[in-house]
Amino acid sequence: MSEDLILELKGITKIFPGVKALNNVQFQLRRGEVHALMGENGAGKSTFIKVITGVHAAEEGHMYLNGKEVHFKGPKDALAAGIAAVYQHPTTYPTLSVTENIFIGHEFVKNGIIQWRQMTQEAKKLLDRLDADFKPGDEMGTLSVAQQQMVEIAKALSTNAKIIILDEPTAALTANESEKLYKIVDQLRDEGVSIIFISHRMEDMYRLATRVTVFRDSQYIGTYDVDKITEAELIKAMVGREISDMYPKPQVKIGGEVFRIEGMSRTGYFKDVSLNIHAGEIVGLTGLVGAGRTETMEAVCGITKPDAGKVFVDGKEVHIKNPADAMKAGIVLLPEDRQRQGLILSWGLGDNVILPIQDELAKGPFKVKNELKERELAKKYLEEIDTKAVTIFDPGSSLSGGNQQKVVVAKALVQDNMKVLIMDEPTKGVDVGAKAEIYSIMGDLAKKGYGILLISSEMAEILGMSDRIYTMCKGRVTGCLDIKEASQERLLELSMEKSKTTGKEAVQ
Amino acid sequence: MNKKKSLWKTITSSREASLLLILIVMLIVVEILSKGTFLTPTNISQIFRNNALTMLMALGMLCVMLTAGIDISITSTLAFTGMIIGMLQKRAGFTNTLVLFLLAALIGIACGFLNGLIISKGHLAPIICTMGFMYIWRGLAYVVSNNQWASGADVAKFAEFGKDGSVGPYIILIVAYVAFFIIMKWTTFGRRIYAVGSNADAARVSGINVDKVLIEVYTIMGLLAGLSGALSVSIYASAQPNMQYGKEMDVIAACVIGGTSMNGGRGSVIGTFLGALFYAVLAKALPLVGLDSIWQNLIKGVVVLAVVLINVLTQRSMDRAALERREM
Repeated sequence: MSEDLILELKGITKIFPGVKALNNVQFQLRRGEVHALMGENGAGKSTFIKVITGVHAAEEGHMYLNGKEVHFKGPKDALAAGIAAVYQHPTTYPTLSVTENIFIGHEFVKNGIIQWRQMTQEAKKLLDRLDADFKPGDEMGTLSVAQQQMVEIAKALSTNAKIIILDEPTAALTANESEKLYKIVDQLRDEGVSIIFISHRMEDMYRLATRVTVFRDSQYIGTYDVDKITEAELIKAMVGREISDMYPKPQVKIGGEVFRIEGMSRTGYFKDVSLNIHAGEIVGLTGLVGAGRTETMEAVCGITKPDAGKVFVDGKEVHIKNPADAMKAGIVLLPEDRQRQGLILSWGLGDNVILPIQDELAKGPFKVKNELKERELAKKYLEEIDTKAVTIFDPGSSLSGGNQQKVVVAKALVQDNMKVLIMDEPTKGVDVGAKAEIYSIMGDLAKKGYGILLISSEMAEILGMSDRIYTMCKGRVTGCLDIKEASQERLLELSMEKSKTTGKEAVQ
Repeated sequence: MNKKKSLWKTITSSREASLLLILIVMLIVVEILSKGTFLTPTNISQIFRNNALTMLMALGMLCVMLTAGIDISITSTLAFTGMIIGMLQKRAGFTNTLVLFLLAALIGIACGFLNGLIISKGHLAPIICTMGFMYIWRGLAYVVSNNQWASGADVAKFAEFGKDGSVGPYIILIVAYVAFFIIMKWTTFGRRIYAVGSNADAARVSGINVDKVLIEVYTIMGLLAGLSGALSVSIYASAQPNMQYGKEMDVIAACVIGGTSMNGGRGSVIGTFLGALFYAVLAKALPLVGLDSIWQNLIKGVVVLAVVLINVLTQRSMDRAALERREM
């Protein structure tokens, strides 16, 4: 054998009722390497991971660990063999302590009694090793997503895993949190742990991996050395076609101011936030997760109640007490969690799209639902944004993440008095192909003269789409840059600047 | 100052401590209102004896609610078991106390196991499944009774165990609470229950057999309901098909007052004990402070709501305090 393979999978096929989730795929992991696994959503990456960890049993195929064939009957077998996974969404127990989250399933037990003290000590050691800023006794639910992810990694370490699988670990992290994660991964690799890394972010892959394996449509496409493949080639491998321009930012003449907020504050979330948007302008708003970006905009739209602050639309102050007021004023929010706040997944697409104006369309004193008009409008807008849906009766759950996002956009468009569109992480968890389409829709909307606020943690899309960029940190606006003077370094610096100083203050 | 603050923090940050405080305040108020006639050894022992069934079943309900479930069939299981125990004595003349208790436990286990099996494997909502069995077991209790009761004379020997002055019920309660306290805090079995309730998907991924845990908690609930059936016959020296009718809500109330979350994953044995005790003291105290029995349900309802509301508000103010500490 020429290579020192710790894990090898061959001819893996996994069939779910009606779908072939994995079709004869293969994978090789060298000892001590960081190996990226990439592909669009639905390419089968997560299923593949679950086959490795024994959550799913493959219909066909062989798996070799250290050259010996293994058959995992469940997650426990995989854990015992030294394979641990950190899943895309932290699979934590919010009501239990950090210690317990780390050791659940492999507690220290003596004579049937759990050794809490010993476990807490061990948890502390693991957290110190990861340079964590929280305690073993903290309740999991009170931690940030980044911190929870760290607990998940500590959990993997506590099992003495030789192979750690990270499934989109940076999806919920901001740039500097990601950097911290990179360091942890580097450290683990140096300690001899082999790592499989799934991510949509190119920067993750370039920063960490030595090799990358690409899946597309449930099939194995190829394995490449990271330093020998260009980004364009990689995207082509993932998407199956070339994407010429990822960020189709149109040249739009910027009009007058359409939206302005002044001194928005809410105790514990954000303080004294002011910003403005002009017609036809795409304004980026970036910062670390927890910087208060989403919270500010939720307050602007009347979802939560701010303690102070004024909102102006077209120069006139508007008083927003609830989301309906915001819509009336022409402010539309596309929420970050589209499945929870954006769409009613069990409803037909048509009903979803016209929901905001259902009342206006209704006829007579008893507000009888105007079915005909509703269908006509829904069809019109869904065609405009080109979802892949067959009919307006398809349920929201039948679409992929990217297409769901487009339906949410259609839902915004039906409100014809819309002036400002706030898009909160519109491409989070969306694959490359659908991302490009969302950007192009964004460009079209700017051309039509809407003011757009793009909230995003992804530097590339902020820099690619914005005319102007605000940064927030610890609930305050820390900067506003014109696109010409903005750079990734500059934005990062502004997003983190204050966190360092307040961090010190907190220690004192 | 520092120490005082940390004591106050302990009280507000722990539901058990705040509930204990409320309980003590209530005891003092009742003691004063009843002019010192409340906290007598007789009254205290009666509080435990009269509420032994609720207290015992609250332990099972805690387990069930920790998994985000609920079981409203328990008093029907109790009646069904109690009727069988009673009728065995009345019709078959079978009077071995230990064997009767073991039999009651076995019947309860079977009833609970069925709940767990259907809820876990059939993916039925717990309230629906247990509602079905609530009617079934109660119905079977009537069938077993065949329009007859087992009265004091029929169960005289068996009632020795639970009669006023016997230590039997207290021993069962003490053993049960100590055992559950240890199990829930210091065994992996107990922690699995917390894990399943806190995040069932995560539990599944980390290799916990969620279905098995669910079957186990409902079986435990059934076991305790069955034991309560025997205990009920012994304490009240009679078996009727309508016994403890509607009392499952008292058990749930005790858990909720004790800080058990309906969403699962949160709750403790000590909290449950205090919750059950709170409910028991309230029931005993109302007549003693001169409140007519017609008012008692009304007052109970108001107090339950108030205690839970206080709990929720304390939680919220703690969250708020945590936010303010962020300095934004």
